[in-house]
Amino acid sequence: MPVNASDALSLAGRDLISVRDFTRDELIAFLDEAEAFEYYTSPILSGMVMGSLFFEPSTRTNLSFSSAMQRLGGSVLGFADSKVSSTSKGESLADTVRVVENYCDIILLRHPFEGAARLASESTRLPVINAGDGTNQHPTQTLLDLYTIRQKRNALEGLKIAFIGDLKYSRTVHSLIETLSHFDNELFLISPTSLRIPPDFLEELNANGTVYHEDEDFFSIAQDVDVLYSTRIQQERFPDAVEYEKVKNAYRIDRETIEKLGGKATLMHPLPRLNEISMDLDDYPGAAYFDQVRNGVTVRKAVLSLLLGKTRV
Amino acid sequence: MPAEQPPRVPEGSKIKVSALREGTVIDHLVAGTALKVLKILGLDSDRSVTIGLNLESKKMGHKDLIKIERHEVINEEVQKIALVSPNATFSIIRDFHVVQKLSPSLPEMIENLLRCPNPSCVTTDDRVRTKFIVVRTDSLRLRCHYCERTIRKDEIELL
Ligand SMILES: [Zn+2]
Repeated sequence: MPVNASDALSLAGRDLISVRDFTRDELIAFLDEAEAFEYYTSPILSGMVMGSLFFEPSTRTNLSFSSAMQRLGGSVLGFADSKVSSTSKGESLADTVRVVENYCDIILLRHPFEGAARLASESTRLPVINAGDGTNQHPTQTLLDLYTIRQKRNALEGLKIAFIGDLKYSRTVHSLIETLSHFDNELFLISPTSLRIPPDFLEELNANGTVYHEDEDFFSIAQDVDVLYSTRIQQERFPDAVEYEKVKNAYRIDRETIEKLGGKATLMHPLPRLNEISMDLDDYPGAAYFDQVRNGVTVRKAVLSLLLGKTRV
Repeated sequence: MPAEQPPRVPEGSKIKVSALREGTVIDHLVAGTALKVLKILGLDSDRSVTIGLNLESKKMGHKDLIKIERHEVINEEVQKIALVSPNATFSIIRDFHVVQKLSPSLPEMIENLLRCPNPSCVTTDDRVRTKFIVVRTDSLRLRCHYCERTIRKDEIELL
């Protein structure tokens, strides 16, 4: 659906393809709406249908969106894996979308190719939500991360936020860092040299005047860090198994590391985790990774109702 | 890439090209880009074109030069050529005289001209028209409208 820029804060009918498409105020509007949805259960999306097109499987995202839609009274149709869709017969993405738009009110798209959601949105009059396009964007993940930070720290500004692990390939980290540049925070970027954040992102941070520190050493993080965002370090990123073992353990977070860092940090992770976060932290009051999962549903409720133009009554 | 040593042209000598009556002279092209520029212009085969490759240039060391008969470049073409050769100069010739000089500036959006270097970009499907947003012009940065990958000058590849 083409962007309607006439009313900056009207999100009805808009697509959610990339966090880049939204202003700071619009991002905050999503979060505010989500907050209102914390305990809101009326079926305001009753009679509405979400067309859910997963050209690659992603069980968690799929379940989270379906839960949000169904809890608001809406229903879901679609496929969870492209093996069963007609694209395996060579139908183009644009054609698939033009067919499916007749069955639903909003389209959710997951696709292994970067830019697929943007392309889909240009082929339909319906709002399109990007549920992940390759390594590019997954905007509701970014929104739920922002939401969780604001929920746990009561602010989106003036925070010390550390990102730890694979900063080179992590889509989650890239999007969140870019989005945080709308707000005034101090960032710590901790990764092995081989998994440093790509220079293009640093260039953007420099252009935005974001304060950041890059280091390999976990304990270079300030003692009074507010948020620790840990990501998976995947073995396939390392040609050498020994190197992987070293790195894996250097960035593992357990109770001791939390204590060393002041014992107050909010601990986030996009899940699934391998062993980046020790299980003994699951009852640590700052552990927020399961809250992220719950917040995912809340944020998606807000996204669905805002884009569908259905307001709470 | 170290350029091959071009054949020496004696100091002061000029390459002989017939004077242009009507058309465009594109000068100060980065050496090695003339053929790309011709591809951008996509001229029909009945037009006569003179190309100078690897000419000596005081300012640039070496440069390419193109003279095109009976074609006056338009702004859109100038902008596209600026992508491969940002300092190119364009002189519109009428009746053997330069009547206008154009200097390149980049458009905000470049459509269906470049290939996205990202192998998992949705535009690798040939049916999709490519689009790039010009993010910065000082040290050139483009962003693919689809995969959002930032592209540097040395990654630019014409379709
Ligand atoms: Zn691309």
